[in-house]
Amino acid sequence: MSTSSAPATGVAGADPAARARVLTDAATNGDRRALARLLTAVENRTPIAEAALRVLYPKAGRAHIVGITGAPGAGKSTLVAVLIAEARRAGRAVGVVAVDPSSPITGGALLGDRVRMQAHAADADVFIRSMASRGHAGGLAATSAAAAAVLDACDFDLVLIETVGTGQSEVEVAAAADTTVVLEAPEMGDEIQAIKAGLLEVADIVVVNKGDRPGAQRTASQLRAMLVAVARVGAADRGHHGATEGSVVPPSILTTRGRPRPKQPEVLITTATSGDGIPELLAALNRHRGLGREGPGAAARLARAQAQVWSILAERTRASLAESHRRAGTTAILQAVADHELDPFAAADRLLATLRE
Amino acid sequence: MTDRPIKVLIAKPGLDGHDRGAKVLARGLRDEGFEVVYTGLRQTPEMVTTAALQEDVDVVGLSILSGAHMTLVPRVCRLLQETGLTDVMVVIGGIIPDVDADELRSIGVAGIFGPGTTIAEVAEFLRANVRARD
Repeated sequence: MSTSSAPATGVAGADPAARARVLTDAATNGDRRALARLLTAVENRTPIAEAALRVLYPKAGRAHIVGITGAPGAGKSTLVAVLIAEARRAGRAVGVVAVDPSSPITGGALLGDRVRMQAHAADADVFIRSMASRGHAGGLAATSAAAAAVLDACDFDLVLIETVGTGQSEVEVAAAADTTVVLEAPEMGDEIQAIKAGLLEVADIVVVNKGDRPGAQRTASQLRAMLVAVARVGAADRGHHGATEGSVVPPSILTTRGRPRPKQPEVLITTATSGDGIPELLAALNRHRGLGREGPGAAARLARAQAQVWSILAERTRASLAESHRRAGTTAILQAVADHELDPFAAADRLLATLRE
Repeated sequence: MTDRPIKVLIAKPGLDGHDRGAKVLARGLRDEGFEVVYTGLRQTPEMVTTAALQEDVDVVGLSILSGAHMTLVPRVCRLLQETGLTDVMVVIGGIIPDVDADELRSIGVAGIFGPGTTIAEVAEFLRANVRARD
């Protein structure tokens, strides 16, 4: 990671809060340079980023945040490019966060998603930002959701988050987006693939892209049969009185037996290279956005808030335990676990106790 | 975070379609630990500038083999200046005759890399010359 380091961003001695205020004022007034700088601060997790996100958070929450995920080569970037075009025809400003993987070996990354999107480079109401995953698993970078929130606060009405090429279980985007689109390519799997747990479960909309290829219709009907029909059977016992002990997930997305209800995704066919099916996809996105204002959408927002706050709590807890006056004690407790003199649960209890002292 | 990777935009402005070199360099810099944004072929100077702005890159690398460098590079440099991207380093690679080097340097090109340059040389140059930014 240290092989190619840039000097730290930020003026030595400058007050991060004051600098953040300058950048957020400019960015929310349409200054794209300031917006780009803010996104860099967020990506690098500088003190400016935290101060800026505190200012911007109340302004965010208006955009429709759409996650686009699927296997490498399924056509995510091409689909994003035509979605941008379709949304622009409707007069909407579009922000894109496009994530590609970082090398686990060198820390370097090749960010190639823009290649498909460059037709929109001259459009002032389109802002595309590539991000490297920087060691974060789950299909996103650790800061992707925060980057989307910055675009949201800067008046982009539609924010598309394109994940790295995913496999079966990189579902993190579902927690970052209002609507999750899972892209499939024809002939990528049979009905058994469609009923496996994981990525397809988090889809609000399933898109079979490359619709001009043989097998697209067949793949779509298999997915419909396995995802939509099965979910409908499972939803027959839906109710609002599920057992929610130990969970903050509201009962509205649980069945009577207290289990989360399966989603019933729409299954659409698109050909991103020709634009076929794209107006239908945008309409489906808008429908889902409408649904999202109540019920499952509200639950998803609460789950997202929980994920954000929990992650900050965990980070702050770790940082507190590493503070100079606690570090020696923390290290001693960890060493005791390493030596099998203390079990990890007791260690965690003791560390939590030191935070209360 | 002081050890964030250097972010480099690799673009091919103009009409020549020879992008193997740009792709090999993009891949090579990835292996050297850089974050490389690759925008592909047939980029206008405006597209290059917008990408550099939105991506907030440290370096813009232009690959030109068509002989159009004395038209394209000054336009990119001017647009970057006009957009306020004065702290972005511009380097070029491809077929750039020695007689053009001085003029290109005078308009702000920090490095010129011709045939035979190794990826390690480019990486070393960038590490040594990318400046601290606010």
